[in-house]
Amino acid sequence: MAETTHADFDALSTGSLRRRITAKAIVYALLTVFALFYLMPIVIILANTLRPLDDIVRTGFIAWPADPSLSHWAEAWSTFCIGGTCEGVSRYFKNSLAMAIPATIISTMLGLINGYILSKWRFRGADLLFGLITLGVFLPPQMTLLPWAWVLGNVGLSNTISGLILVHVVQGVSFTTLFCRNYFLAIPDDLIKAARIDGAGFWRIFRRIVLPLSPPIVIVAVIWQFTGIWNEFLFGTIFTSGDKQPITAAIVAFSGSGTGERHYNVEAAAVIMAALPPLFIYLVGGKYFVRGLTSGAVK
Amino acid sequence: MSLPASSGGLGRWLGDHIAQIVLIPTLLASFAYVVLFSVWTFWLSVSTSTMLPDPTFSGFGEYAALWQSKRWTVSFSNLFVFGTFYVIGAMVVGTLLAILIDQRVKFEAVWRTIFLYPLAISFIVTGTVWRWIFHPQTGVELALHDMGWISAQFDWITDRDLALYVVVITAIWHASGFAMALILAGLRSVDGDIVKAAQIDGASVPRTYARVILPTIWPIFLAVAVVLLQFAIKTYDLVVALTQGGPGVATTVPAIVVFDLMFERGQIAQGSAAAVMILVALGIVLIPYALYMRWRKRQEGGDHG
Amino acid sequence: MSSLEIKDLRKRFGNVEVLKNINLAADSGEFIALVGPSGCGKSTLLAMIAGLESVSSGEIRIDGRVVNDAAPKNRDIAMVFQSYALYPTMTVRENMSFGMESRRVPKAEQATTIARVAEMLQIEPLLNRKPSQLSGGQRQRVAMGRALVRDPKLFLFDEPLSNLDAKLRIEMRAEIKRLHDTVGKTTVYVTHDQVEAMTLASRIAVMFGGVLQQYDTPREIYRNPVNRFVAGFMGSPTMNFLDATVGEGGLVLDGGAVVPLLPDQFPRLSTGRKVVWGVRPEHFSPAAERRAERRGGVSVPIKAQVDMLEPTGAETILFTRISGQKALISVDADDAPEAGAPTQMAVDMGKTCLFDPETDLRL
Repeated sequence: MAETTHADFDALSTGSLRRRITAKAIVYALLTVFALFYLMPIVIILANTLRPLDDIVRTGFIAWPADPSLSHWAEAWSTFCIGGTCEGVSRYFKNSLAMAIPATIISTMLGLINGYILSKWRFRGADLLFGLITLGVFLPPQMTLLPWAWVLGNVGLSNTISGLILVHVVQGVSFTTLFCRNYFLAIPDDLIKAARIDGAGFWRIFRRIVLPLSPPIVIVAVIWQFTGIWNEFLFGTIFTSGDKQPITAAIVAFSGSGTGERHYNVEAAAVIMAALPPLFIYLVGGKYFVRGLTSGAVK
Repeated sequence: MSLPASSGGLGRWLGDHIAQIVLIPTLLASFAYVVLFSVWTFWLSVSTSTMLPDPTFSGFGEYAALWQSKRWTVSFSNLFVFGTFYVIGAMVVGTLLAILIDQRVKFEAVWRTIFLYPLAISFIVTGTVWRWIFHPQTGVELALHDMGWISAQFDWITDRDLALYVVVITAIWHASGFAMALILAGLRSVDGDIVKAAQIDGASVPRTYARVILPTIWPIFLAVAVVLLQFAIKTYDLVVALTQGGPGVATTVPAIVVFDLMFERGQIAQGSAAAVMILVALGIVLIPYALYMRWRKRQEGGDHG
Repeated sequence: MSSLEIKDLRKRFGNVEVLKNINLAADSGEFIALVGPSGCGKSTLLAMIAGLESVSSGEIRIDGRVVNDAAPKNRDIAMVFQSYALYPTMTVRENMSFGMESRRVPKAEQATTIARVAEMLQIEPLLNRKPSQLSGGQRQRVAMGRALVRDPKLFLFDEPLSNLDAKLRIEMRAEIKRLHDTVGKTTVYVTHDQVEAMTLASRIAVMFGGVLQQYDTPREIYRNPVNRFVAGFMGSPTMNFLDATVGEGGLVLDGGAVVPLLPDQFPRLSTGRKVVWGVRPEHFSPAAERRAERRGGVSVPIKAQVDMLEPTGAETILFTRISGQKALISVDADDAPEAGAPTQMAVDMGKTCLFDPETDLRL
């Protein structure tokens, strides 16, 4: 990177005071307009979780909340009827957790080890194998649906959360290996050589030298995997049904079925619940989220 | 690094090859996933499969049938229109946001967080929320009526000609933060002295961006465009939640056709053929890009050494 | 017995042979410098001694034992890297104990060893710091400390001073010399800096193009380089090479000037033979001084056209033309002549050498 970067220099801070103030005013005005557009949907939905149903039906989603009440949240969580069962989204929320947490942990651990091997224990053909693994990032899921259905059926994991975990681990390892391998490339080879001369072997170097340097990429991988798996819909809707479905599939199941009376306020609360875990992770680890984006995309 | 070869003893051999051995499970899984699954689906596409997979070879007839079906050709042209507007739109908005944030604004982290948060939200949630906003019975149109503008009409989502643009707008809302984040990172890596030189040369701020800063980060634009195109080709959940492909086939995209053929209509062979076509479309975008990146890397390598 | 012995060693990467038939031996306690320009194979040779690169053919022995196939940890060596390669997440103390832990050295012994080495290197106050909190010179010391706690048979240094600034480099050079005198272990030291090699080594191995050009004491390498490459690489400013022909009365430089040869200096040269005359800049002196005579040598007069002066402080470098050919002359600052005029110089003839223009070998 250059000695001084563009970030050190504020182009708009030159010239006359009046010019500077006008320029800054335009910048902030535009930013505010865009920010309102980006925040609008989430604000609207949040507001509607609090409104009584008849109010929504009468005036639509875009209206000032009257008689706010938190009761729809409770209903959405535990008593709302989806596909005949009236247990709210709590079951599907837990399904998603039971799927996303193990799949995230397993794929991240595998990615760390693979990345370590493919960057620091390179052997003939290692780059080719790395290419093969990362092709999984780009493979459209439609190419894998029928084979997966057959595999899951034959190992007895049809319509199980374990089956979804397997699917997400295999797909996720492509991502985590890509992240970790590229991150580990920046660790100097001399460190590994020094450790080998110091008598450390494969696992000891991994545990004592590489893992202690890994927290940034572990955070990136965990955020990226958890968000991706939580938000995934296609595998969830095809490989599971009924009360085994993850929350994305459940949301489509109740809000997509256009017939019957709509409970917009409860549905809005359910939608917010589906969005909350990844949003929470994003707000807590935003910096790493961006870093994951950059390293995943620029590669 | 290549390791000294050693002689004798299984334990010794295992010790020397531990890296390769540990990698085996992942390699098997990746090979099965990337190669076997692809070959499998391809095989199904040239088989006689209907409701159930059937390995009997029948030729490329399903591809011909696919390209003769109206639904598929419409979905492909939808993808083309959607992809074009989506990629250009997200990049224009993303660039604008990145440049605005680049002006040393206060609370930069807050602005960035606001513009990027949609990416953390699933397509399903995004689609559901925007459907409510766009739908004339629940969203903007109704609100305008309530405000007294009775003749206001905003029913793009139920309009065959305009529904696709609802998908475009929603997708841009979802992805422009992504473009912004990458472009902003690129802007921040531009050599500050170049910018100062342009200022001293008398270039205005917009001109400095247009002529000096943005051209130096064009590889980032290319990378963003490729990633967005890839998103576009794989688009499925968003349309399902937003319009379910309708009205009619107005917003149907290839991935929806694949799902319908495979799981709703019992035409596994044709569904597989459609999936292979998606893979081909991705290949058309990604392979030239990968080759180009390799070529460029080699050029740079040549320059340095 | 030699503590390091390398026989007929070769290294190939694919079809490229990067080391060609290296033979080299170091006596116990010796300080060997591997020196040469980048890409000459010196770092590959060091990596092979360390066990970080495999051997294509030939033999490496440490203390008499063939170690070709031994893992680095089983070679009883310690290495200091150019980048120092300090483990960034460990404190200085942990960096030093890591190798001993791998070797299951008892805790109490680890502590006493670290204390001893830390005292020797004066890094006791740094023991609980992380590498990122150390200056370049301190990191260098810690890297050496990590090697010293091992008490190995062989020390390997891979350009350890090249990341330091000039002043610190001279300090650390002296420090390495002092440590080697104290510890007395066989050491192999890779550098591209011929001054480091000259000052530190008991013997220097000059490498070029994967071939060991010459392996000898610093004095011999300086005085009697085997070929034009070694002569040019060792010494600063570099040796002058002037094209000449052997004539009746001495060397006839291209351009016409004649330099009388000493009686019996090159008895086998036939008249008319093309040669390259090598003269180090420091073997010129102002004609009036007759410095060579005072040391028992013979000086020969020669005329030089001075084009430009480059004062470096104690001495001044003259950019000259001798018989129309470019030559550098180094003289005491007080003796520097005016630029732009011809001046009479004297050459210490006994210290000059001749090379074959075809083979570059010394005649």
